[in-house]
Amino acid sequence: MKRVICYVNQFFGGVGGEDKADQEPYIVEGTVGPTMAINGALKDAQVTHTIVCGDNFMGSNTDEAVRRIMEMLEGKEIDLFIAGPAFQAGRYGVACGTICKAIKEKLHIPVVTSMNAENPGVEMFKKDVIIFKGGAGAVKMRQDVGVMMKYVNKVLAGEETLGADAEGYFARGCRHERFLEDCRENTAAYRGVQMLLKKMAGLPYQTELEIPKKELVPIAPPVADLSKATIAMVTTGGIVPVDNPDRIQSASATRWGRYDITGMDRLKEGEFKTIHAGFDPAAANADPNVIMPIDAMREYEKIGFIGKLHNFFYSTVGTGTTEAEARRMAKEMIPYFKKDKVDAIIMGST
Amino acid sequence: MVKEFEKAGYPVVHMCNLIPVSTTVGANRIVPTISIPYPLGDPNTPKEEQWKLRYHRVGVALEALATPITEQTVFKVKI
Repeated sequence: MKRVICYVNQFFGGVGGEDKADQEPYIVEGTVGPTMAINGALKDAQVTHTIVCGDNFMGSNTDEAVRRIMEMLEGKEIDLFIAGPAFQAGRYGVACGTICKAIKEKLHIPVVTSMNAENPGVEMFKKDVIIFKGGAGAVKMRQDVGVMMKYVNKVLAGEETLGADAEGYFARGCRHERFLEDCRENTAAYRGVQMLLKKMAGLPYQTELEIPKKELVPIAPPVADLSKATIAMVTTGGIVPVDNPDRIQSASATRWGRYDITGMDRLKEGEFKTIHAGFDPAAANADPNVIMPIDAMREYEKIGFIGKLHNFFYSTVGTGTTEAEARRMAKEMIPYFKKDKVDAIIMGST
Repeated sequence: MVKEFEKAGYPVVHMCNLIPVSTTVGANRIVPTISIPYPLGDPNTPKEEQWKLRYHRVGVALEALATPITEQTVFKVKI
């Protein structure tokens, strides 16, 4: 009987929601929450343990969290490690990728996880970790676990696997060696020339090795003189006037707002709050400046370190928000910066 | 969003807790914050300490905006 150990966050571990996201890692025997479904789908293997860890603990104390989890695994027999599924939950996805990568490097066992294409964990870890293409939310749990477990069972049984597209995980950009029948058409030279002929004829062709690319933007030149510059503040932390006049969504936002701060020395409790559903709002509601630091900016304005704080701050919610929507919202803000001659921007994320 | 602002020619600094996410997505100027729910002031510490931290890190961000860089840069904070 092969042994599998799983990782889930505080939410799926049944500890609680955002208010429990600081939960330190712990390990229990057997299954917890979704790992029950994983256990049920295993052939000739069982989930012996489940590790539970809060997303914020993993995000803010990564080295410590990984160290403690590695300690917990010491002396335990383990054939394969599964984290998640994390769906579109950004911090959870990054946590799954982090722990999978660490375990693969230290214990040299197969590791798998699952998340949605929009999860930032995909870009960060797809080269190092097998990440199955998952749904946007937990309603896809059964399906996502099913796809992942088909592959897991093959790996545990030592059967041949078929590669990223056929199995349903994100391509890692690495090639699997396979011996083809020994004939002319199978040589690399023949395949390469065939591809070239198609390319020259303007016909569609499929490369055998995709080169992944990271899109960087040219670095903007620095502000020449801060003491004359107008600085604008933007946040994805969901800080809005308490009545949320633009009805910005608490998750998967498609709306944004700009709010007048003329004459304000700081954002006051009771006048502004956060509507972000991705973290415990208590701290930001008690003092919105911990996310949107208007107080500090005013001080820099007062002492002449900067020329001027732009009269509006800009806000939306960053959790579950797609890259396409984020791009559009940013583009919609730019004309306002132009109109008020903003020179530079501080963008805060939560 | 950071990339769209920068594409439009604005120097922009990203203040965030998950630095690897920011570098992977492609922010050029990055200043670390201390957490997700309270990036610039831990409510378990006294108000003065929160203010010091916030004032310092916002200052680093402003300086970052005025600093010439040639590659993605994570600016160092002292508190």
